[in-house]
Amino acid sequence: MTGAAGTVRRRTVWFWVFVGPFALGLALFTYVPLLWSLALSFFDARNTVTPTDFVGLDNYVHVLGDDAFTDSLWTFLVFTAFIVPATYVLSLALALMVNRVRWARAFFRSVFFLPVACSYVVAALIWKMSLFNGVRFGLANTVLGWFGADPVAWLSTTDPPWYWLVIVTLRLWLQAGFYMILFLAGLQRIDPVLYEAAAVDGARPGRQVLRHITLPQLRATSVAVVLLLVVNAFQAFDEFYNLLSDARGYPPYARPPLVYLYYTALGQGQNLGVGSAGAVVLALVVAVVTVGQARWFRLGAKEARA
Amino acid sequence: MRAGERATSADDTLVRAGRALRLVLLTALALLFLVPFYLLVRNGLASEQDITSPEWTFLPTEVRWSNVAELFRDGSVPFARSLLNSALIAVATTLGTVLLASLAGYGLARIPYRHADKVFHGVLGTLMVPAAVTFVPSFVLVSSLGWISTLRGLVVPTLFSAFACFVFRQYFLGFPRELEDAAAVDGLGYWRTYWLVVVPNARPVFAAVGAIVLIGAWNSFLWPLVIGQDRSAWTVQVALSSFTTSQVVRLHELFVAAAVSILPLLVLFLGFQRWIAAGVERSGID
Repeated sequence: MTGAAGTVRRRTVWFWVFVGPFALGLALFTYVPLLWSLALSFFDARNTVTPTDFVGLDNYVHVLGDDAFTDSLWTFLVFTAFIVPATYVLSLALALMVNRVRWARAFFRSVFFLPVACSYVVAALIWKMSLFNGVRFGLANTVLGWFGADPVAWLSTTDPPWYWLVIVTLRLWLQAGFYMILFLAGLQRIDPVLYEAAAVDGARPGRQVLRHITLPQLRATSVAVVLLLVVNAFQAFDEFYNLLSDARGYPPYARPPLVYLYYTALGQGQNLGVGSAGAVVLALVVAVVTVGQARWFRLGAKEARA
Repeated sequence: MRAGERATSADDTLVRAGRALRLVLLTALALLFLVPFYLLVRNGLASEQDITSPEWTFLPTEVRWSNVAELFRDGSVPFARSLLNSALIAVATTLGTVLLASLAGYGLARIPYRHADKVFHGVLGTLMVPAAVTFVPSFVLVSSLGWISTLRGLVVPTLFSAFACFVFRQYFLGFPRELEDAAAVDGLGYWRTYWLVVVPNARPVFAAVGAIVLIGAWNSFLWPLVIGQDRSAWTVQVALSSFTTSQVVRLHELFVAAAVSILPLLVLFLGFQRWIAAGVERSGID
């Protein structure tokens, strides 16, 4: 009698021995902050985390009426419009070429993958202080100088907004190898029989095969890559902060959402109520974008990614 | 017949030309990708005059290894301390994350429990929550625990990775049951089966997740910036950032510091590239 019931109880105990510490920590450090943040967003919480002054939706009204907040959403949109297609095309092209090259494949793979080891802080340092240094000795300006062009103040010029070139190339360099690895894995999973069949059917190697075999077969990988790219672009903070802020602070342009939140919630005034309201709005934006993307790609209908 | 042959040979030329073009393009891109590393080394081993010289020199006129010693002697920035902090944080975060997530992943994959699905969905749900949303409230929580500028505050909140747990669970679902069955016959319970049979046979997934977590911990910036406010709690990324954003910049020191900070990871990266790539593949598909 004790047998079956005892086994179930013993298993339940062991389940919680294995899963309990992790589940407890996850609840404490993810769910509790989330709920806390939701609560703070309805209070006047300046320099305090245990506010008493309930203000209803005031923080939300404040955030949505704050030009700096809506500007940060625009910055995110512009950044995404640049970085997502650029990374997609470059990493796919790298994967296709590395996959087919017969000579020094491991070398090429390593070189393109290596920047993934680099932190955004170090990359920003190289980009800001050497590659796109606004003075004459920066590498980009040196190259311009060879063609007789004047040096460009890359990060402080807003018209035209050259700083986008600096920001986008940095992330492109750092993350292309990561997505190349994903595409390479996707390419390895394509059944070689498909290519043989295409050859038998007279498909020309190159563009036709790419369009009718390779790209459709990479669909699941492509969907995952685009989703990751957008979510990661949304979380951008490190390179913006390190490229643009200096001893005088952060310039009024090119502030993505996380930079806005950082200065609102943790900067002078520590307005945690408004910061939390901003975080909640951003969470909704992310949810809408993610669900929208999933709809667009008809992710729900696809069982292939199980 | 002849026409067909001619087409084939034309195709061959085309293929060969394509191959050559691909190699040229790849080589050009590879060189372009190496430029930032080149700049790091060139400037890190140069004198201030060499770096700021209006005439570009591809190598410093004099290679100054003494920059490294100078960096560690400079009292104005706690660089050695920040390296130590980063090492401690990276190791503790990696060990802790892998331990907690692998146990949970195994429990979710293998131990029958009525509500296991609900627990799993609770874990998955946090994957949908971007860090952008939790960093402000997490800061609030950590500061009310009094953990600002402590190692605890830098490590503990980052130990519970839903992503790592998910990867382990998927891996253990596909783990051959025969090994565990044999262990059960030998009278081993869940605990000893896990440590004596499962872990030794699952090294690839531990290496893959561990490598990804380690890189993330060493390179992470926003959380250490927010939590490690005192200089004594700076990580190497925060120290580098304070260089970059400060008023007076000593360029050669800045670059040699960046080079030193990236060295351990490059060594790890080249040594464990296969595991890291495996970790990346898991992170993207799942």
